[in-house]
Amino acid sequence: MKSKVRLMQGNEACVEGAIAAGMRFYAGYPITPSTEIAELSAERLPLVGGRFMQMEDEIGGMAAIIGASLTGAKSMTATSGPGFSLKQENIGYASIAEVPCVIVNVQRGGPSTGMPTSPAQGEIMQARWGTHGDHPVIALTPSSVRETFDLTIKAFNFAEKYRTPVILLMDEVIGHMREKVQLPDPSEIVIIDRKRPDCSSEEYLPYEADNDLVPPMADFGTGYRYHVTGLVHDETGFPSNSTAVADKLIRRLSNKIEIHRDEIESWEEENTEDAEVLILSYGCVARSSKSAMNILRGRGIKVGTFRPITIWPFPEKRLRELAAKVKTIVVPEMNLGQLVLEVERICGCNAKIEKLNKVSCEIIYPEEIVSKIEEVL
Amino acid sequence: MPSVLVENYFRTEKLPQIWCPGCGHGIITRSIASAIEKSGIDKNKICIVSGIGCSSRAPGYLDFNTLHTTHGRALAFATGIKMAKPEIKVIVIMGDGDATAIGGNHLIHACRRNIGITAIVYNNSIYGMTGGQYSPTTPKYDKGTTAPYGNIDKAFDICKLAASAGATYVGRATAYHASLVTSLVQNAINNEGFSLIEAISMCPTYYGRKNKKGSAVSMMEWQKNSAINNEEFAKMSPEALEGKFLIGELKNSPEPEYTNEYQKIIDRLKKESQ
Repeated sequence: MKSKVRLMQGNEACVEGAIAAGMRFYAGYPITPSTEIAELSAERLPLVGGRFMQMEDEIGGMAAIIGASLTGAKSMTATSGPGFSLKQENIGYASIAEVPCVIVNVQRGGPSTGMPTSPAQGEIMQARWGTHGDHPVIALTPSSVRETFDLTIKAFNFAEKYRTPVILLMDEVIGHMREKVQLPDPSEIVIIDRKRPDCSSEEYLPYEADNDLVPPMADFGTGYRYHVTGLVHDETGFPSNSTAVADKLIRRLSNKIEIHRDEIESWEEENTEDAEVLILSYGCVARSSKSAMNILRGRGIKVGTFRPITIWPFPEKRLRELAAKVKTIVVPEMNLGQLVLEVERICGCNAKIEKLNKVSCEIIYPEEIVSKIEEVL
Repeated sequence: MPSVLVENYFRTEKLPQIWCPGCGHGIITRSIASAIEKSGIDKNKICIVSGIGCSSRAPGYLDFNTLHTTHGRALAFATGIKMAKPEIKVIVIMGDGDATAIGGNHLIHACRRNIGITAIVYNNSIYGMTGGQYSPTTPKYDKGTTAPYGNIDKAFDICKLAASAGATYVGRATAYHASLVTSLVQNAINNEGFSLIEAISMCPTYYGRKNKKGSAVSMMEWQKNSAINNEEFAKMSPEALEGKFLIGELKNSPEPEYTNEYQKIIDRLKKESQ
């Protein structure tokens, strides 16, 4: 049975999705434009036996969700630009220690304090490389309220399945926008829980991976007395200065995402069969791209859209196929050109790539995309 | 042959530890293990958390769920563990720089919340792991590699800081007073709310050498001669107190514990919805 239709904000849909996915711990710090996620988590979590904490700072929020996750609780924090910068060190900790958690970043204008209640897409590259060192990343980007619900669940599922931090990269428009949504019945929602060890505590090697490159994870307090560290460590979990151990660990962390790209990558495409021009965009801008496509199709121009839903890992294979078919790829972004670098890397030789960038902290309008395409054709 | 205590509570295969000869950290770590043994708590229900630095290597040698986190953040990680699973006894080991410089904000707020965590600060008055830089507890005018002409910062009194921020059990001991470390940590573990024990350690390698404090033995003699208890303190003149510091129980005033307070909200909401 489907729930009744509701008018809901993106930030609200994120909390609904998190609760549906099994979130039972939230720790964070108030910051615009993500604050509603903290407020609603504070209201909802104790009602389902979960726990909410407003921490003393952004760093503490990130640290606390890692601690909570180690006890087995599905955990999330939410923030925006400045807070996302502050969380980076501990995001790296969650990566190397393989602690599942979800970090929501509702992007606003930056750098620094920037323009707090206005939208931007300035953290595309920070989501990929924000924490130091080579590390795996999964980052998902919704472009509607309903999709925010779905992707929050997906973020928890990926975090649990691959034992890695997952970033939900929203933007202020999607976070604050209200849309009519109908949420699915809980029975229709797929929930994934982390693998737990099926061996005895004596036999347990906390960082010995299975064939999927993901090690089973024991909850703290259940008799599996193991060590967790942000230092390079071997299968036992204890630090090692061995260069061979370091090489093996860092490659496995990266490969556990690489070998599952087909399961992780998702995108949406429209009118790509006959498209000569492809608009590649994400988040709130993808909505404008759709309108622009419809306007241009009305004028007889063969335009299609491609929307990466997983920004990281980027749906590389599919874009490469499309690049061989289209003549021009237009990449509108609310930054000075971040994801376009990836697009150029993937299909630079095959298609002409045109950037459309806006950093005035407002959405890119359909007419702007239409003008750009008419200009370059 | 390791003692029964070491056999039962240490990961003996990880020994010997990495600390320098003469370091006080091993004595303090053993004293903590002894307090845990005396408390009789199930090993599987204890979690030991640390940050970064010399002291923070201690959990790696202890046979519990152990978590070696990022610099200064041990209490914030520990807060997540305690809040998500309150039945776990959470013990946090930090150094002076870890707890009071980079982690100072987490420290005062953990105190303020009175969350059920036992924090033990190994205070050796220096950043040892990075090679002897001055810390927030380096005495004024003492030297460090980053204070070659003498440190002009005033030192923190960690116990006063914790007590005034809201910790409900506070005590101080030294590596010399090892059995006092044990009894204070035992009391701290029994306190439902937030406890802080400052364990004064010695770093002959960096702090001692930079400040001509002599061998580890003479640094322990200094601990023995400079530490006074509450009764002695009451009888001494201000002149006689110069250069002395208090050891023993400094605060013991239980108050409602944070995760219990949150549980009350959950229970109340459950009742209201029925």
